Amino acid sequence: MLRFILNNEGIATDQPSGMTVLDFVRYHKNLKGTKIGCREGDCGACTVLVGELIDGMVRYRSMTSCLMPLANAAGKHIVTIEGINPTDGSLTPVQQAMVDESGTQCGFCTVGFVMSLTGFCLGTPTRSPVSSDQAISSIDGNICRCTGYKSIERAACRIGEQLPVNIAQYIPEYFSDIALRLQGLGSDDSRPETSNLRSLVGGGTDLYVQRHDQMSASDPTPLLYDDRLRSIRNTDEHIEIGGSATVTDLLESPVMHAIFPHLYKHLKLVSSTPIRNMATLAGNFVNASPIGDMTVWFLALDAEIELMPGTQAPSPASQPRTINLKDLYLGYKQLAKQPDEIISKVRFKKPASGFKFNFEKVCKRTYLDIATVNTAISLTYSPPYEGGVAAASADGVVLSYVHVAAGGVAPIPLYLKRTSEFLRGKEITEETIAAANEIIQAEISPISDVRGTEQYKRLLIRQLFRAHFVELFGT
Amino acid sequence: MKNIDSHSHVRGESIYLDDIPLVEGTLFACVFDSPIAHGKIKSIDTSEAEKCDGVVRVITAKDLIGENQIGGIVPDEPLLADGEVHFCGQPIAIVVATSEELARKAAKKITAEIEPLEVVTDPRVAAANSDLIVPPKTFVLGDTAAAFMDCEFVFEGRTEQNGQEHLYIETQGAYAVPMENGGLKVYSSTQGPTAVQRAVCRVTALPMHKVEVDVQRLGGGFGGKEDQANAWAAICAVATQLTKKPVKYALHRMEDMRMTGKRHPYSSDYKIGLDKNLKIVAYEATFYQNAGAACDLSPPVLERTLFHCTNSYYIPNVTATAYCCRTNLPPNTAFRGFGGPQGMFVIESAIAHAAEKFGVSASEIQRRNLIDDGDEFPYGQKAESEAITSWTQADEKYDLAALQKEADDFNANSKYFKKGVAVMPVCFGISFTKTPMNQARSLVHVYTDGSVAVSTGAVEMGQGVNTKIAQVAATVFGIDVADVKVHTTNTLRIANTSPTAASAAADLNGKATQLACDTIRNRLFEVAKELVEAASINDLSVRDGFVFRNDEKTSLTWASLVMEAHLQRVNLSEHAHYATPGIHFDWTNAKGHPFAYHVYGTAIVGVTVDCLRGRYEVDYVKCCHDFGTSMNTAVDLGQIEGGIVQGIGWMTMEEVVYDADGRLRSNALSTYKVPDIYSVPKEIDVLQLETSRNNLAIFNSKAVGEPPLMYGIGAYFAIRNAIKSFTDRSPGFDCPFTPEKVLLNLYPDES
Repeated sequence: MLRFILNNEGIATDQPSGMTVLDFVRYHKNLKGTKIGCREGDCGACTVLVGELIDGMVRYRSMTSCLMPLANAAGKHIVTIEGINPTDGSLTPVQQAMVDESGTQCGFCTVGFVMSLTGFCLGTPTRSPVSSDQAISSIDGNICRCTGYKSIERAACRIGEQLPVNIAQYIPEYFSDIALRLQGLGSDDSRPETSNLRSLVGGGTDLYVQRHDQMSASDPTPLLYDDRLRSIRNTDEHIEIGGSATVTDLLESPVMHAIFPHLYKHLKLVSSTPIRNMATLAGNFVNASPIGDMTVWFLALDAEIELMPGTQAPSPASQPRTINLKDLYLGYKQLAKQPDEIISKVRFKKPASGFKFNFEKVCKRTYLDIATVNTAISLTYSPPYEGGVAAASADGVVLSYVHVAAGGVAPIPLYLKRTSEFLRGKEITEETIAAANEIIQAEISPISDVRGTEQYKRLLIRQLFRAHFVELFGT
Repeated sequence: MKNIDSHSHVRGESIYLDDIPLVEGTLFACVFDSPIAHGKIKSIDTSEAEKCDGVVRVITAKDLIGENQIGGIVPDEPLLADGEVHFCGQPIAIVVATSEELARKAAKKITAEIEPLEVVTDPRVAAANSDLIVPPKTFVLGDTAAAFMDCEFVFEGRTEQNGQEHLYIETQGAYAVPMENGGLKVYSSTQGPTAVQRAVCRVTALPMHKVEVDVQRLGGGFGGKEDQANAWAAICAVATQLTKKPVKYALHRMEDMRMTGKRHPYSSDYKIGLDKNLKIVAYEATFYQNAGAACDLSPPVLERTLFHCTNSYYIPNVTATAYCCRTNLPPNTAFRGFGGPQGMFVIESAIAHAAEKFGVSASEIQRRNLIDDGDEFPYGQKAESEAITSWTQADEKYDLAALQKEADDFNANSKYFKKGVAVMPVCFGISFTKTPMNQARSLVHVYTDGSVAVSTGAVEMGQGVNTKIAQVAATVFGIDVADVKVHTTNTLRIANTSPTAASAAADLNGKATQLACDTIRNRLFEVAKELVEAASINDLSVRDGFVFRNDEKTSLTWASLVMEAHLQRVNLSEHAHYATPGIHFDWTNAKGHPFAYHVYGTAIVGVTVDCLRGRYEVDYVKCCHDFGTSMNTAVDLGQIEGGIVQGIGWMTMEEVVYDADGRLRSNALSTYKVPDIYSVPKEIDVLQLETSRNNLAIFNSKAVGEPPLMYGIGAYFAIRNAIKSFTDRSPGFDCPFTPEKVLLNLYPDES
């Protein structure tokens, strides 16, 4: 029996825990405000808010209900538009701004925008000051085909300007009891028994795109909200991240910000707010997509992963094992792990001084898209200097440690081993960059597909590799 | 005034097809569609599907009671493939089951043995094979052959244009419910309720009076639900007829994308001749339209390409020919602009080509050739032009020279980022080019409490047509818009409708509503004249709920006037008919006066290209747009912004990809990209063209649905200009300008 709160109603259901929240709210609870646009997390029409109890407070995040199994709703507060509509028929400030700025035309995507913006407002008291950019970024996962977005942008800016205000205006009164009610749900019986279960699900953001029908009828073991698998820690030698940490967890982590000064800019290139709120690091790794953004990112950090034996392991006493992330990939979607092994931790060495990191990604649409080619690089260099590649060249700046990875150029997310080895100990010069590109071109094996031709991908990786140095050392 | 649906939209209370409460016993349909693009069907095996849980019936072509045909213009489109398949995604069988999941599951169990035949996806190949859906059409003005002989400068070239997926966020769908005596009520997400009614009647062999089609609203249409909504309604109708149960089918996104047609891709040749003053003397164009496997609306789309082949320019000698080529793609269909954008892209390419050879900015050639009052379009109509005015007002406000200088200065100091600027004038004719379609009806009831109900043939799909119709009724009666309710579009209330298309729905249905309201108002005022002792009904008006006599408030309220009229047995209802006056077209010589009026405008588009990565951003679209006199600026501005962004999408990131076997590769939102909030222009500025000319638009408020889309074409040429400031090699004319094409053009030597 799964228990959660849907709007103002306590739910206890024995529907398959793999059923999506979208199907549950629309067809089992008859809440038709949440719309179906694509069923693959790419349009945002089905966006709901998910409230999670953290230290006695409820934190709300927007998620696409089409990719969210009921298993991940267990113990949570799920909020649809019906759960925020004022009962007297009036409008919340978010809804009012959308009306006033003519941010709605056919109306089909509108609820998704309202939910995303409401989620933004609920998260705001801790977040100040609020810029209109932040308000707009909360709707980066919502597609509208009618308005051209300018009116929605104006609405978002207005909402941003009004914040922070008394949040009570944005949500009905019943929200004030939710924390208590969630505590009352308890966690023991709200999660399905793990022993009878076969499949695993993290955020579901890829699994439900690829195997929706199969998953919907199943009872998967949820990993997303497993607290043992979520922390981001600074240990003596390593940064250690739980496999179930979401991209948003990374984005909000002070530990990560300290190491990656452009974290926000780079992670913004990864899917969209609601997907980042769900997608886990381990999920990205095991999905083994040749263009997985986070995989390429962590390959370039030379990360290692800890694999925890699954429930079907021969002996419960089996110990976790650690392998290098780059050794996880054997071939297209082939992994060096047992199906029920779980990536419990991801570790990378704490950077030394002179550390730099860059992430590049080009797709048809800059944001909310899958890469045609993506690439990341981490390096350390010495001695310190100021200025571009030419200055580095003049000053004899040498790379001491380099890891480069690329996606979209091979059947697997590719650690560019020979390129990385070649660069170690080299001075940063135009010649080095050109020579490294020659090696890259030999290491990769891109194919022509819907995301681009082979010829384009080869040119693009050359350009993006160059872009790493332009970004890190200036032109 | 805001869209009247805004309030229910933001509360999620507006009802779309998939939200309609289901009748008890409703079944669900799912289609088994062809996995290959062309072939002979040897056998279809439905036995496994029939054994599946919940399956009530599997239907193939042989089961149809009526005719297996839904082709509107040419009967070349079977509802279910019979004997042959002509495109990937062509429906072959219908599974009807007790739930959506079970229907979908069972459909996957159907197999068909299909012997493959040659697949053609290229319209030029189809033309070479003489595989044309209708005979070619040609527009001629003057004598191009003679004119080219006298031209000092003649340039020839070729353009390629890709299609565009509509990507209405609400997918296609229908729901059919059996009524007594074998009748049907069909809910449909369609722009053309009458087209759905006809298609349903044809496949069920029912007379039209037994089939009611009802449309509440669409979650976007953009032309994609004009004729292409018919199949799904017909499928539900057939299934309902055979099972005697209500049947619903709301398509999944991937089904929708692979089974429905899109904007027509074109391959075209042009030849342009100029004199030394940059005056275009002669223009020839040949258009190869990729129509797909069936006619659908391809011929009128093709015709509009010809109507708009010279865009906003006057060219004295024009020969334009268009071929409607049959290929093995899903039948391509209407999409905002309806062939017009494709015609405009080619003339703009020809001008850009000529400008490059002359070493001048394309805007110089554009400006010198703008059509003026009295100039003749290639189809014989004389222009009442705002082309020059809109250009001048745009230039005065936005200063084209300064914008160009700003880009040039930036480019001189930037290594990897380059800016480009382009101007896109637009001239778009308003009316269905098939004259008989320019008619509409409106049914208006005034109830005894003073509230008003209106029904028309217009379908609300976000464009605000119901808002404008409510405004018309409220304005004529002098009452508050809140006292007017525009009801569903329903074939029982309004018969024989034209589809909501061609930007014309507000004009046609608004005018019909105006006529109906005028008639009722005059009857009411005849009653009021006696009650308030006015000399003439012309002295009367209604404001703030009261009748006014010579602008003086009387004690007679609107509601009591209505009740009194009812007691006097005065008719408080009216069904009015409107037909656009003065339009005609003769296809025997391709001349006439097909358009009620034209909409004009001029946009300046600026972009920045990241020449390291091949990405780009649109910095601004600044346009002067001809509204006539807008009756609702909020709605009209929304149409302009939305149209511009959709046009930019078509020109940039939206790439429909079919492989050589005719399979759609860009078959989901993960592979087909429409603009998101970050890919729209940073600035869209719209200047209202000041003009006081009378026109045939409702309340002088010109149609606004389609014309702004074509401003987006400017983005293509702005990107092209930016590339030209990075490399001295000129890109061809091949849209969309995806980041791939941009990068390959930036580094042509690597290509």
